[in-house]
Amino acid sequence: MMDLLNAFVALSNFVLIPAIAYGSQLALGALGVTLIYGILRFSNFAHGDTMAFGTMATILITWAFQAVGISAGPLPTALLALPFGIAVCAGLILATDRGVYRFYRGQKAKPIIFVMVSLGVMFIMNGLVRFIIGPDDQRFSDGERFIISVRQFKALTGLDEGLAFKTTQGITVVTAIIVVIALFYFLNRTRTGKSMRAYSDNEDLALLSGINPERVVMVTWLIVAALATIAGVLYGLDKSFKPFVYFQLLLPIFASAIVGGLGSPLGAIAGGFTIAFSEVMITYAWKKVANYALPEALAPDGLAQLLSTDYKFAVSFVILLIVLLFRPTGLFAGKSV
Amino acid sequence: MSDTARNTLYFGFVALLIIGTGFVQSWNAALFVLNFGLISAIMALGVNLQWGFAGLFNVGIMGFVALGGLATVLVSMPPVGEAWAAGGLRVITALVLGAATIVGAILAYNALPKGRVRTLGLLAILIVGFFVYRAVFDGGVQAVEAVNPANAGYLGGLGLPVLVAWPVGGLLAAGAAWIIGKTALGLRSDYLAIATLGIAEIIIAVLKNEDWLARGVKNVVGLPRPAPYEIDLQNDPAFVARVSDWGLDPVTASTLWVKLIYAGLFAVVLIILFVLAQRALHSPWGRMMRAIRDNEVASEAMGKDVKARHLQIFVLGSAICGIAGAMMTTLDGQLTPGTYQPLRFTFLVWVMVIVGGSGNNLGAVLGGFLIWWLWVMVEPIGLGLMQLITAGMADGFWLREHLLDSAAHMRLLTMGLVLLLVLRFSPRGLIPER
Repeated sequence: MMDLLNAFVALSNFVLIPAIAYGSQLALGALGVTLIYGILRFSNFAHGDTMAFGTMATILITWAFQAVGISAGPLPTALLALPFGIAVCAGLILATDRGVYRFYRGQKAKPIIFVMVSLGVMFIMNGLVRFIIGPDDQRFSDGERFIISVRQFKALTGLDEGLAFKTTQGITVVTAIIVVIALFYFLNRTRTGKSMRAYSDNEDLALLSGINPERVVMVTWLIVAALATIAGVLYGLDKSFKPFVYFQLLLPIFASAIVGGLGSPLGAIAGGFTIAFSEVMITYAWKKVANYALPEALAPDGLAQLLSTDYKFAVSFVILLIVLLFRPTGLFAGKSV
Repeated sequence: MSDTARNTLYFGFVALLIIGTGFVQSWNAALFVLNFGLISAIMALGVNLQWGFAGLFNVGIMGFVALGGLATVLVSMPPVGEAWAAGGLRVITALVLGAATIVGAILAYNALPKGRVRTLGLLAILIVGFFVYRAVFDGGVQAVEAVNPANAGYLGGLGLPVLVAWPVGGLLAAGAAWIIGKTALGLRSDYLAIATLGIAEIIIAVLKNEDWLARGVKNVVGLPRPAPYEIDLQNDPAFVARVSDWGLDPVTASTLWVKLIYAGLFAVVLIILFVLAQRALHSPWGRMMRAIRDNEVASEAMGKDVKARHLQIFVLGSAICGIAGAMMTTLDGQLTPGTYQPLRFTFLVWVMVIVGGSGNNLGAVLGGFLIWWLWVMVEPIGLGLMQLITAGMADGFWLREHLLDSAAHMRLLTMGLVLLLVLRFSPRGLIPER
């Protein structure tokens, strides 16, 4: 019995909690990608770098706050800076839309042209981020490090196996829940949200019923800026901020959005968690859990790790390929043409 | 102005840029730009085949280039006998078993009736196959990597002449492209982009982590060369005597001579591929490709197999990128998986194609040279610009220091800006498609 509890604690500590936190971050990122896909109808390759830009803005403001002595007590200061980071990111994104994307909307360019343009935007954002903050690792997490640390947990429960619950993980989950509820409330209950969904379902019909397309697009970009910045800051708090890593996040985020069904917000969340859990479970060394849970004779000799952690991108990629092969519309039947 | 005159002018301008580099900086620098420009032009030809002819959006060029690099190691390095004895056969057996598992799964998928039986059968084959594969594979890899890890620890290559690696690089890239094309082509256009982005990341991850294959991040250095070594030339009295006649320093002359040999080899490959691409473009096949690109539905109604043609041209284009990758690794003389950056190998090539003129082979070649020159020169130019901007600021002022430090990142900004400007104001590129 004790062994099973220990096994479960080890499982939570190394698999469940990290995967839930990572899944929330991916889900927020995938929501942004899927919203752009639904409304503007292209895959935005600049999304990873939008996240990086928003996070960078937040980091700079966090540093400013720390310098003048503003802090959020036990919580990271970055949470206070977050709204300002979102504002800066939204400003840049709206300017990009004005200066770049709007021209191609007017031309009714093919989606692939939009994708290509988003590549150019990605270059520029990436360059901006490197130019301003540099390509190196930045840590900006402060405040209390743990909600429950390993030692506290052991003292509390008397188990052999410890469980650490980082503040950043807690914040990630709570923020993600709040953001998702707010987003779904907005999309399903408010007038603007409904007009967005109408526009996504059938552009011509929406235009006929007097929905202003430019307004819908603007609101979409604002929401995307918020989602991208929040996802980026949460990821940065949980791990660390490095521009290149954010570019690489593009693959799991796209995989999440496609697995869930491009254009479907609910699918993006489901996809995010699917990808995160698969990644963590396939790259985790199960030896410890197996030692507790299985009888002595069955305990594995090796690490019982299916793939080394360096291949975590391969996991999302293989899932992506399987979905493309067998169910190109994704779990929640998004658009597929 | 006629097309020919305009094109001559463009290429004359590029030649002037490279020669100018020779006068202002050094002839070694100019030949460096020329050699990489030749390779870039070949990559751009490959991407132009995919995008310009067929409208396929491939953002995994880096992966195919890296496969070409891998081919150089696998073909030209001498085999490590001890490693083969220790675990070579075991690794190969494991790979065959892994491939057999996948083939078995595909056969079972087609043979079994649709429903639960098929799902369970597939899962059983894959899971059992995976564990058998890992059981055989892991031991072999450990044995191989334990062999003299400081300068071997891998299986080595076949010990063949390095020039053989170039077509082999193309074959490797073509194989990877076939797998990707088979799954992602025929779906919406963005999916190919995302799938290629993924395969590129994974190929790099494999190169970095599979030490038994090509030593991973420990790099394989000292690849055989198709050109003589500089030091041999300097010790060769005949060579020294000849260059002294021309009034050249033997050390400089030897480096220049080696670079010229490479340039000659690359130019031959570029010309062959260019002629082939040009013939393809003006053949019925090329016209069919462009018809498919411009209107898939209509071409399908005319009886063209759109998916098969897309797969064909995707594989061909990727193979060209693989050849270029093998050439590049040959020129470098080493395989360093850590240096493969998507911005440098994927997106830069895209900028070359778009700027040069998609759908036009000559345009792609021009873009390759021009953008490569820009890529090399943006850094010194950016630094100069920053020095100009910050000239009025006090020494040690933080903004000045920061701007000077960041000048290196000007490249990305410039390339993004060039791409956006060309897409916006001249989407057909410098030498438009006819």
